[in-house]
Amino acid sequence: MIWLTLLMVLPLAGSVVVAALPKADEKLVKQVALATTLIVMAATIAMATTFQRDNVELQFVEKYSWIPSFGINYALGIDGLALVLILMSTILAPVVVLAGWNESHGGRWSVKTFYILILVLETMMIGVFAATDVFLFYVIFEAMLIPVYFLIGGYGTGERSAAAVKFLIYSLFGGLLMLASIIALYVMSGAQGGHTFDLAALSKLEMSSTTQNLLFLGFFIAFAIKAPLWPLHTWLPDAAESATPGTSVLLLGVLDKVGTFGMIRYCLTLFPEASKTFTPLILVLAVISIVYGAILAIGQRDLKRLIAFTSISHFGFITMGIFAMTSQGHSGATLYMFNHGFSTAALFLVGGCMISRRRSSTIADFGGLQRVTPVMAWMFFLAGMSSLALPGLSSFVSEFLVLVGTFTRHPVHAVIATFGIVLAALYILIPVQKALHGPTTPGNENLSDLNLREKIAIAPVIAIIVFLGFYPSPLLKVINPAASHVIAQLGFSDPLPTSGSK
Amino acid sequence: MGFTAPVLNYTLLSPILILLAGALIGVLVEAFVSKALRSITQLSITIGTLVLSLAQVWKIRNAQSTTAAMGSVVIDGPAILLQAIILIIAIISVFVIADTDHFTALAAALPGSDEERHAVQTGNQVTEVYPLTLFAISGMMLFPISSDLITLFVALEMLSLPLYLMAGLSRRRRLASQEAALKYFLLGAFSSAFFLFGMAYLYGYSASVTFAGIRESVVGGSGNDVLLLIGIAFVSIGLLFKVGAVPFHAWSPDVYQGAPTPITGFMAAATKVAAFGAMLRIYYTVFANAQWSWSPLLSAIAIITMLFGSFVAIAQRDVKRMLAYSSIAHAGFLLAGVIALNKAGLDASIFYLFAYGVATVGAFAIVTLVRDANGEVTDLNRWKGLGKRSPWIAATFAGFLLAFAGIPLTSGFIAKFSIFSAAYENGAKGVVIAGVLSSAIAAFFYIRVIVLMFFTDPVQDGTSVEIPSALTRTSIIFSMALTLALGLYPAPLLDFITSLATFIR
Repeated sequence: MIWLTLLMVLPLAGSVVVAALPKADEKLVKQVALATTLIVMAATIAMATTFQRDNVELQFVEKYSWIPSFGINYALGIDGLALVLILMSTILAPVVVLAGWNESHGGRWSVKTFYILILVLETMMIGVFAATDVFLFYVIFEAMLIPVYFLIGGYGTGERSAAAVKFLIYSLFGGLLMLASIIALYVMSGAQGGHTFDLAALSKLEMSSTTQNLLFLGFFIAFAIKAPLWPLHTWLPDAAESATPGTSVLLLGVLDKVGTFGMIRYCLTLFPEASKTFTPLILVLAVISIVYGAILAIGQRDLKRLIAFTSISHFGFITMGIFAMTSQGHSGATLYMFNHGFSTAALFLVGGCMISRRRSSTIADFGGLQRVTPVMAWMFFLAGMSSLALPGLSSFVSEFLVLVGTFTRHPVHAVIATFGIVLAALYILIPVQKALHGPTTPGNENLSDLNLREKIAIAPVIAIIVFLGFYPSPLLKVINPAASHVIAQLGFSDPLPTSGSK
Repeated sequence: MGFTAPVLNYTLLSPILILLAGALIGVLVEAFVSKALRSITQLSITIGTLVLSLAQVWKIRNAQSTTAAMGSVVIDGPAILLQAIILIIAIISVFVIADTDHFTALAAALPGSDEERHAVQTGNQVTEVYPLTLFAISGMMLFPISSDLITLFVALEMLSLPLYLMAGLSRRRRLASQEAALKYFLLGAFSSAFFLFGMAYLYGYSASVTFAGIRESVVGGSGNDVLLLIGIAFVSIGLLFKVGAVPFHAWSPDVYQGAPTPITGFMAAATKVAAFGAMLRIYYTVFANAQWSWSPLLSAIAIITMLFGSFVAIAQRDVKRMLAYSSIAHAGFLLAGVIALNKAGLDASIFYLFAYGVATVGAFAIVTLVRDANGEVTDLNRWKGLGKRSPWIAATFAGFLLAFAGIPLTSGFIAKFSIFSAAYENGAKGVVIAGVLSSAIAAFFYIRVIVLMFFTDPVQDGTSVEIPSALTRTSIIFSMALTLALGLYPAPLLDFITSLATFIR
């Protein structure tokens, strides 16, 4: 069964239906969009149940010729890593639609356009993780920017158009560097047995180490911009500050994961030697991101910017896990990608509810919400705890795995990164204290608590965070084989644990 | 002394002959048909001629013999493709040109004179633009199929002279338009002189004016290399002038801005096809074995052209000037296809010319629609908020801009990818890297226009968007549809080009 194409076609069909609806009937537009995303979610879960966990080969493979004269195929297929990310994306989509029910009202264009963009984006989110043809991946990788650009610039707040442009220019620049590398790969494949973009075939290319290093950088810089790694992160806080909460969830939760996903799928697979060469440098950048993101998060006055900086810190952890080159590190990084999606979603969505009620995103404007709106305050607290990786919540497991996986090979990095956890406590607890506790700030007395719709939207996110905190193994069973496979392909074996004293 | 009648092989020449006949009929129509019927008659004749010519091109695509007019022209795969592309671009351009509101009622009258006023009042709109267009197109059709230097030069003049005139036909801001025409003419004449000078040296080098003869000398390598180098250099200058490559680009922003917008679109698209067509033929066949002599220099020009066009476009405040600099940048990208000097480069260049030409006509067609009481508004500041007032027009323009920027799922991306990969294959890594970098720079100014249209609030200054006439609308829709179709599923066209495009030497 052509599961992956089906998953991609469903949201696209939904967007066509939405486009055909009357502009005035906003409620119907939202209902259709919600129904579409729910159907896609159900279909993804149905597909996931038939996924063979222990099979490290690509599954649900599809391949059709697209542009034969360049050897380009429409080729899809997923392993555990891609499955987890597609699951995350399709679960987040209905949550975003439901929680951000009214966030499209302040936009430049109609509500209808907003949901068309969201649904088109969902198609691309699935495609970008499922593509196994490098050209197809690049096409979706770049084309995705357009809906996001319009979502930020058209429906955001504040300096939205400047933020949208900054986002687009950064991403396009990275993308074009990647294009140069892709062209080089394509030409080399032509010299070594026929033009192709097939990932598996390209990974077998012979190339000199200089070439490999250069091409690796082309890919890596594109992904490091996406997954924002210090010092290429500066677009993210602006974009997150200006975008609507729902868009931010998709941007930080899903789109930025394309960066870390790409590092594993493309950088490590295509350029194993170069990956090893650059590992020391990348680990340093990752550790800087962890600490730098955390310190800057502490200093933020704006709630959305704060969440953006916490994400930079978290992406540092994910990158560190990937380049630790151990299977725990890898599993941890993949699980981290999934968990980060949900904890960021919770923060942004509850934060979004707070911001839309208070009509301000400055942390100092809140205060004493615990008394006025207890449910909202508790939800925000829980989301914050998940972000600082409190044991018992999902992020703890992944952060722990990343640190353990890194420590066995790079103890110094792991130790410094641990400071990130301490700082995380600060950057979460300070805003929690300012916004939720203390005396009620004048003007906040009459804020309303979460309504039923918002509760329904946020409940599944919180449920996933708690459930995976206690019982992560269903996901880990999918992730571990894929992670070990990547590590084995790279020619690494996990270092044996060294015992201290007998 | 015996006399052998020349064998012309009319069938192969028929597409051009049809055009010339149509142009001559157009001249007669201009003289004899009453002013009420003139416009519609001219339009029908022009479109009819173009379609007939296109049909004829299709018919001879697999012709057995390949040379005509005693070896002066070559009809091979690339020739057929380029001719077809020129005709398709011409047809959609004529749809836009059909809106006679852009053209002066009486070009012969002085701007602001009584004669001009009288012509406007009586509705005595002259329509010489149609036959001129047909003459220009026949020159363009001949240019890339010429296979000796004399024919090449005749074709060059045949396509240039009508264009000089057409650039001066604008109804509004006539002085600027005439200035543009004069500039174009003077600089064009200058470059023709260079071209002619180069021809003389090539003749001196090889004692032949035919491409085959010159090629033989180049391959043999027996001649005086100095003569060859001078010849290549000066002929290249003439061609680089036509495509608007730096440092021979100075005319293009002024001419693009001054000429009537439908003519600008036609010129930008069709001239590029003709000139690059000829360039590809000359470099791929005649000069191919002297690659050592021109490739480094042409690479340098390509790199400078790409970067210069992209950088300077950022500073433009006028949409037509911006598109002019963007077309300079595109000339640089297209030069990458010439440098590639392989089959992939030829295929890619032809695809690129088609994709770029069609999108260019569409983009300029949209520029013709944004007007105020005094005619077109080309000041970008007054395009603010266009997306609010006319979402469809603005969205379509954005689509063309994204295609120019080479964003995936548009034809521009496939074109850029194919041309860069072909150049890379030939080891022109510097050109590819410069191309990728300038694409990033170029994206910036394309996106800025999108920001202006969509993310900026409209200003109240009487700018409005004309409802497009049925013909202009057809042209825009066709260009947009093709731009998207070639971005989503370019395989059939690419295969067709690959199967056909091989130069016959």
